[in-house]
Amino acid sequence: MKKRTIIPIGPYHPLQEEAEFFQLYVEGEKVVDMDVRISYNHRGIEGISETMHFDQVTFLVERICGICSASHPLAYIQAVEDLAGVEVPERALYLRTIINELERIHSHVLWAGLAGHFIGYNTVWMWAWRYREPVLDLLEEISGSRINYANAKIGGCRRDIPNELMPHIQKVMDELIPPMDMITKAVLDDPVIHARLKGVGVLTKEDALRYCVTGPTARASGVPIDVRRDDPYAAYDRVEWKVITRNEGDVFAKAVVRLLEIFESIKIIKECAEKIPDGPIEAEVREIPPGEAVGHVEAPRGETFHYVRSDGGNRPVRHKVRSPSYVNVPSFRASCIGQSISDVSITLASVDPCYSCTERIAVVDSDTGERVYTARDLIKLSQDKTKRLMEERGRQTNE
Amino acid sequence: MSWKIWALKKSPWVFHVNTGACNNCDIELLELLTPRFDVERFGIKLVGTPRHADALVVTGGVTRQAAPRLQEIYRQTPKPCVVFAIGSCACSKGIFKKGYHMIGPVDKVIKEVDPEAIVMYIPGCPPKPEAMILGVVKALAAL
Ligand code: SF4
Repeated sequence: MKKRTIIPIGPYHPLQEEAEFFQLYVEGEKVVDMDVRISYNHRGIEGISETMHFDQVTFLVERICGICSASHPLAYIQAVEDLAGVEVPERALYLRTIINELERIHSHVLWAGLAGHFIGYNTVWMWAWRYREPVLDLLEEISGSRINYANAKIGGCRRDIPNELMPHIQKVMDELIPPMDMITKAVLDDPVIHARLKGVGVLTKEDALRYCVTGPTARASGVPIDVRRDDPYAAYDRVEWKVITRNEGDVFAKAVVRLLEIFESIKIIKECAEKIPDGPIEAEVREIPPGEAVGHVEAPRGETFHYVRSDGGNRPVRHKVRSPSYVNVPSFRASCIGQSISDVSITLASVDPCYSCTERIAVVDSDTGERVYTARDLIKLSQDKTKRLMEERGRQTNE
Repeated sequence: MSWKIWALKKSPWVFHVNTGACNNCDIELLELLTPRFDVERFGIKLVGTPRHADALVVTGGVTRQAAPRLQEIYRQTPKPCVVFAIGSCACSKGIFKKGYHMIGPVDKVIKEVDPEAIVMYIPGCPPKPEAMILGVVKALAAL
């Protein structure tokens, strides 16, 4: 039998800015198994949100993840609006679309840059981040902040984009196309990048379905899912755009999907800025009735899903978040095993993992200090909980 | 001024520790390295290990699992060193104050290992890159 070596990566390592811990089991150069340990970033957001007012939670979920700081609130707000039965004014829907698409552009460009950095191509990093700046400036002009936009609220939007700003948005978008073209061409035509990324970290269509991945990770493996098209929200069904898919499933395909999506986003924003109707930007919300609802949004990394339950009071009694990275990260087991160790870093980066969204639980055992749950323990916990809930339900219906 | 402080102020190398941030402070920090702000021209450089660092840049209120790691990283950093607490989270736990898993803020956790530690605060959620530069400049001037 070949000798197995364990290579620990993290929790603090120069590769990614977030803390996570990977253990790679390697034979020679080849990765044969891997383990991941997270929860360095777990802040207990679901718990905190149950102590906050419905309107305050919007700002809390905005801070689940900095890069999806428009998608998380929107998913939450849609859940609450569904609960309260609010009809959101047309103009607010367009405003939401514009902000969400700007976020997608800045996230995808950011990823392209970081991916360049991971394969040692820092030029791409510098380029990409430089051309991302106009988008951030635009967001600052619209919302007052470069990153936490705080623009959506239950029933509409907090701040209008004045009509005088629309030509400016068009102009910024027009000016963004040539540099994005350049980056896309630089990536697509570069023989070095081809050699480095093609056939690396392949996630087959079967595996993609088996691990239920979402977003660009799924679309690069030939699974054409996109919440924006499948269950349109905001103003996505009022504009023309198409879902980008690739069939190869390797890192290169993921890069292509993201880069081409930037152009789709530009198209959406331009069309929204042109078509946006006049009118009010918020509807009045008087009360949140008891009940439960879900909201989902296509974040830059995939489907963000929020579940909210209310008992008629002024705060959610249960708020559950499922972020895209939560389903995308386990697919590492399918895409990394069998790779050479030097390819692992870019394969890990290729799903654009976001650990601050993913972090779930920390269990402290008062005897030993810390306790790590294995997959089997977690499954057992979940089964126990389901059983308990079923029993409670049964009791309620019998009563 | 001791020669150690003089050397530190000349070209501070920083190590970035994320102890439960939402990523925003982190991307704004990385932003500083990219062409628009480009702090490398002032000799400020991000390094890959705390053993090479003059300053720790900490983002995020400290979670229970990250706290011992942060303390260990602080122990590994050569002294004298400066700790920058970036963002409202790092300064005061910010919006996550009530979280059961937050034991921060950063100064409290660091001062458990070294009561003499130099901690600088740059509040904001997230602080703008300009604010971070200003904070670092002021901190270095005050040393
Ligand atoms: S201060 Fe704000 S932006 Fe920074 S990590 Fe905390 S919540 Fe995120």
